[in-house]
Amino acid sequence: MNPTTQSRVAMIFKLAVLAGVIAFPVFGSAFYTEMVAKVLVLAIFAMSLDLLVGFTGLVSLGHAAYFGIAAYAVALATPKYDPANLWVVFPLAVLAAALAAFFIGLFVLRTKGIYFIMVTLAFAQMAYYIFHDTPLGGGSDGIYVNFKPDATIAGWTPFDLNEPLQLYYIVVLALVAVFAFLSLVLRSPFGRVLVGIRSNEHRMQSLGYATFRYKLAAFTLAGALAGVAGFLYAVLFGFVTPEYLSWHQSGNVLMMVILGGMGNLGGAVLGAFAFIGLQELFSDWTKHWQLLMGGVIVAAVLFMPGGLSALPRRILKVVNGERGNG
Amino acid sequence: MDFTTFLIQILNALQYGLLLFLVASGLTLVFGIMGIINLAHGSFYMIGAYLAFALTSMTGNLMLSIALGIPLAFAFGALLEWLLFAHLYKRDHLEQVLLTYGLILIFEELRSITMGDDVHGVDIPAMFSASIPLSDTLSYPVYRILISVVCLALAGGLWWLMQRTRLGMMIRAGSHDRDMVQSLGIDINLLYRTVFALGVALAALAGMLAAPISSVYPGMGGSVLIISFVIVVIGGIGSVWGALLAALLIGFADTFGKVLVPDLAGLVVYLVMAAVLLWRPEGIFRKG
Repeated sequence: MNPTTQSRVAMIFKLAVLAGVIAFPVFGSAFYTEMVAKVLVLAIFAMSLDLLVGFTGLVSLGHAAYFGIAAYAVALATPKYDPANLWVVFPLAVLAAALAAFFIGLFVLRTKGIYFIMVTLAFAQMAYYIFHDTPLGGGSDGIYVNFKPDATIAGWTPFDLNEPLQLYYIVVLALVAVFAFLSLVLRSPFGRVLVGIRSNEHRMQSLGYATFRYKLAAFTLAGALAGVAGFLYAVLFGFVTPEYLSWHQSGNVLMMVILGGMGNLGGAVLGAFAFIGLQELFSDWTKHWQLLMGGVIVAAVLFMPGGLSALPRRILKVVNGERGNG
Repeated sequence: MDFTTFLIQILNALQYGLLLFLVASGLTLVFGIMGIINLAHGSFYMIGAYLAFALTSMTGNLMLSIALGIPLAFAFGALLEWLLFAHLYKRDHLEQVLLTYGLILIFEELRSITMGDDVHGVDIPAMFSASIPLSDTLSYPVYRILISVVCLALAGGLWWLMQRTRLGMMIRAGSHDRDMVQSLGIDINLLYRTVFALGVALAALAGMLAAPISSVYPGMGGSVLIISFVIVVIGGIGSVWGALLAALLIGFADTFGKVLVPDLAGLVVYLVMAAVLLWRPEGIFRKG
């Protein structure tokens, strides 16, 4: 297959997945529909991390912090006996995540390589302890979001988030919007600079780009989009705990990005499906499902460079008798 | 805070900091020499603690268990390096993060399958179970002082090993130029295996020593791992001295944080880290 056919096949595959997701509630039970909604939210989360890991070359091990901060923003902004207004609480949650990413980014982007990985983890842990140790958000018990946000704007209510089906399609819409938005960003000159930073930051600097500002912008944007995911997650489940910010959450989302194949937005979505799918499958078999999950992760690193989205290409190579390590 | 309480807190801070140094020194050596980021390092601490619990319930003596446990941990480290980590040296940090993250899940579940999810206690050996009276009502346990002394002795031993022995010289050379060391006829793979196993043994020893005072519980590796990361970041990757200084700094920050601002105790350590990073982004003792 030549590259054009390949990208056409990829496009058809993406549209098929989208069609499947849109049609899913017609066939699937309410339980599985909610699970697919969860996967889609995590796919947004994974795409936001892919902007950093896959496209800018910044391996963050603390991305759950921004997801969790936005989720807490929803819980804290929701009054005790009334729903919050969606058009207030949504921007608020995303802004909270973006601000946190901006200020943490000022610190962590001063470091590189292994330091960056450890420092992002440490700052995320700091955010975790803020919610875990202080009574701000119910401490280690977490906090309920008593009412899903109300979408009324100027007396008109376009949709109702209390309706599971409407909520599901809002999540699908959000996924498509974030996907399209990130595709545009990556095609823009800004996105090109990010990819340039990934392959050679010094070269970008000598070309006159202030790479720190670009990285900070990418870090803030990724935090904001993780905030979109955190907002949706809180609305979907109506409950927020410090575990949303835990480093296991950061590890899992990184795993989704890698499993799908980084530097590829579709791969991040695929990775989210694969990860949650495996998790559900394994936890059906045994309560020690993490053992199998760990085994899959180790095997994936050792034997599957490039992740799931690189599999078709690798299989094709074998079929065509080509040799190589692609 | 009166003087006696203050003294007790200082002793606690020293003991905690020195124990953290044992874990962090292995982490920083493996980072600095082999360029490997190992998230599973906290698991070795957890494994050490469970090993101490299991062996003590069999032998009835913690000191004997530690003497048995150290070679076991060393052998386990060497095996793990041979099986997995040797394949990671040429991979990028991201893959190292993932593989070792997968290992954490595996170790935690194996622990859950073999030992269960209960919290266990380990008895302090009878000969160290006394306390030194400091005032009419307050006293300080001998065992905690013993931990500090052992850790200090190990820090000295590590310095001697790295700076004064032929092995240490080869290790330091290996961290600068792997290929050159190899072409001089030194088996670099064996060298790396030794360093890794040493790191595992140190972390496991820390877990074994800590078992009687912190008890043995699921997830104990995770919190130690992240604190060790903070120490390595503050101290500067690859610097054993940086790790010692940073471990003591964190020991004091955490202990006095818990006394002075109990509500924000979990945060103090990270605030210290943020302050150090503002001052020196690559740690206090940056290398090279």
